Amino acid sequence: MTASDLQGADQGFRIGQLINDTRYRSITFQVITLILLVLGIGYLISNLLANLADLGQDLSYDFLAAPSGYDINQQPIPYDSQSTHLRATIVGALNTLIVAFLACVTATVLGVIAGVLRLSKNWIISKLMAVYVEAFRNIPVLIWIIIIFTVVANVFPQPRDFRGDDATASPIFGVVAATNRGVYVPRPYFTNGFGLSDEDAIAEVGDDAVAQAAAQGSVIDWLVILAVLIGSLLATRAITRWADRTQEKTGKRPTTWWMSLAAWILPITIVCWIMGLSWEIPELRGFNFQGGLLMRGSLIALWLALSIYTGAFIAENVRAGILAISKGQTEAAAALGLRPGRIMNLVILPQALRVIIPPLISQYLNITKNSSLAIAVGYMDLTATLGGITLNQTGRAIESILLLMLFYLTISLLISFFMNIYNNSVRLKER
Amino acid sequence: MNKSVFFGALAFTGLAAAGASAATLEDVQARGTLNCGVTTGVPGFAEPDADGVWQGFDVAVCRAVAAAVLGDPNAVEFVPTTGKTRFTSLASGEIDMLARNTTWTFSRDTDLKFDFTGVNYYDGQGFMVPADLGVSSATELDGATVCIQTGTTTELNLADYFRVNDMSYEPVPIETGAEAVQQFLAGACDVYTTDRSALAAQRAGFENPDDYTILPEVVSKEPLGPLVRHGDSEWFDIVKWTLYALIAAEEYGVTQENVEQLASEATDNPEVNRLLGTEGELGAMIGLNQTWAKDAIAAVGNYGEIFSTNIGEETAIGLARGLNAQYTDGGLIYAPPFR
Repeated sequence: MTASDLQGADQGFRIGQLINDTRYRSITFQVITLILLVLGIGYLISNLLANLADLGQDLSYDFLAAPSGYDINQQPIPYDSQSTHLRATIVGALNTLIVAFLACVTATVLGVIAGVLRLSKNWIISKLMAVYVEAFRNIPVLIWIIIIFTVVANVFPQPRDFRGDDATASPIFGVVAATNRGVYVPRPYFTNGFGLSDEDAIAEVGDDAVAQAAAQGSVIDWLVILAVLIGSLLATRAITRWADRTQEKTGKRPTTWWMSLAAWILPITIVCWIMGLSWEIPELRGFNFQGGLLMRGSLIALWLALSIYTGAFIAENVRAGILAISKGQTEAAAALGLRPGRIMNLVILPQALRVIIPPLISQYLNITKNSSLAIAVGYMDLTATLGGITLNQTGRAIESILLLMLFYLTISLLISFFMNIYNNSVRLKER
Repeated sequence: MNKSVFFGALAFTGLAAAGASAATLEDVQARGTLNCGVTTGVPGFAEPDADGVWQGFDVAVCRAVAAAVLGDPNAVEFVPTTGKTRFTSLASGEIDMLARNTTWTFSRDTDLKFDFTGVNYYDGQGFMVPADLGVSSATELDGATVCIQTGTTTELNLADYFRVNDMSYEPVPIETGAEAVQQFLAGACDVYTTDRSALAAQRAGFENPDDYTILPEVVSKEPLGPLVRHGDSEWFDIVKWTLYALIAAEEYGVTQENVEQLASEATDNPEVNRLLGTEGELGAMIGLNQTWAKDAIAAVGNYGEIFSTNIGEETAIGLARGLNAQYTDGGLIYAPPFR
């Protein structure tokens, strides 16, 4: 309790204190600003609603239940032109997530490699990486997307160049066909999986329901594969922990690389053999290759452009993180007798991660948001389906844009949330 | 920080409030220019020429309206719009009218709150393929990759056509017609589909137009015409009757060449007299001066002249009149009486 507090208590609260008394002044201004802000936003919203009413329009999401009427080329889930706008929206959202995930992974790999190599003592390598970083991060990503798309469309052969005896092009190793519409790669499938295989389903009745059951069956197959891979990951980590314990007890580290290798390879091979893994090779039939998996030119362009562009930023983050660790750490580790590789892995990188992770989160958010440039090359992401065709065919601009904003906000916050959890696990533990 | 947010919000409110207003005619007259939405570039229909001056079939409609309203066919601000942005531009008041080969459909007329002022070109959707593909009918296109301009009715017609004929296809959606053509020429798609008039227009611009054929099937009705915002009937009447004035002018033999002479004194054809303002008060009825139709015709010519100079058989685009002939010649072009 200070003297002024006692005085104020004696005299009671006067209205003038709201301005004159430093204890209340900041609160007063904040409350006034808040009220004005609320009024301002309220006015904007009422203005919007009034203008919409003048035009005879209303806010309604009923259009989401109506048939969309258009087709989408890349469909992670079954979809046709009779599906609803809502389903088209979901297909678009999944396509956004697919390209964002792929680009995040490759951008991280590229960025880490380029960032470490830029610090290399080899003059040529470090300068090459500097050129990469400066060239790619200083040219807008939209330009890169269009450049790559145009190159794919003009450099690779058309599917019909693969036809006939005097074909000017042939698939790589006879299985991978790189055309100007995209790259056709063999598709793995299971002849003996837990669901019916595609051929069985078509051979039996060709009924939609059966085909759907087959599709669900193959989902189960892939979940099994995923579970096995996760099991292998846990096993290798257990092996590392066991090696650590042995080292602490005896001072000697057992050789574990062959155990880890076996833990990765053996289970997956056995499972694939049991389920009868085979490959569907793309074949030229009619206008296009049929069968196999098609990675469309638009996906490749968007994925590559986002990866190399954001990779350049991540490279700089990695370099900054490594440079932030004082040279004394390296020297101390060397004095303890550690070799350079171990210094990097055991001393530098764990500390550098603290510096690298927070800007890395921003880069992942940038990739997700930049993926909305997809329409430039006709990749059917959420902006192209909900914010493009659906918006245009239904004319529900405000509703569609609000949904779009909500989606990107949710995804960005989720990425931030999970990356922050990871960040907490690597940051400096203060004791 | 909070303050700048607040002032930003204020500024935004000001912009938002300036949006839609009902009296388009007064706005245009006060501004002195007509804001007219056109395509980003379709040869023959709307494209800037070598001097940067917009030319074309749709552009002529804009110029005719500007001449009728402002007396000056050059008092037009052309706003290029894509298939996606056109309706937002019109609804928000950024443009006063849209003359951008836009298909008249039920939902656009009613749900999107626009008014189509008539049809200036009866079109239909078609398919273009490279000649050496050996395809002679659209029914042979099962499994083809199709380039398509996104955000248009052609996208929906395409889905319907392939579904009805039980064929599959791979759509390649593209933002503008020019990019779609580039992809088509590079062979990234087998087929390019859009309105047949636009197909002919774009094919005329190819290096070797003969290497590409337009398939005979017409898979949809595409009545193309100018449109305005719903709710301003005066402005709607002006754009509608300017278009009809051009059409009627062709029917009565009024041309760009003889319009001055015909308008100088009353002729013995009362319909022509009313149209050109030498008889009756038609101009005053739609809030314009007596010479509105004469100005429009003098600026761009009659419907037939606009057609033949921009997209007719003598031009590189080479479209026949077909459905777009006057009703007296077996076409669908027909203007209600001027009286």
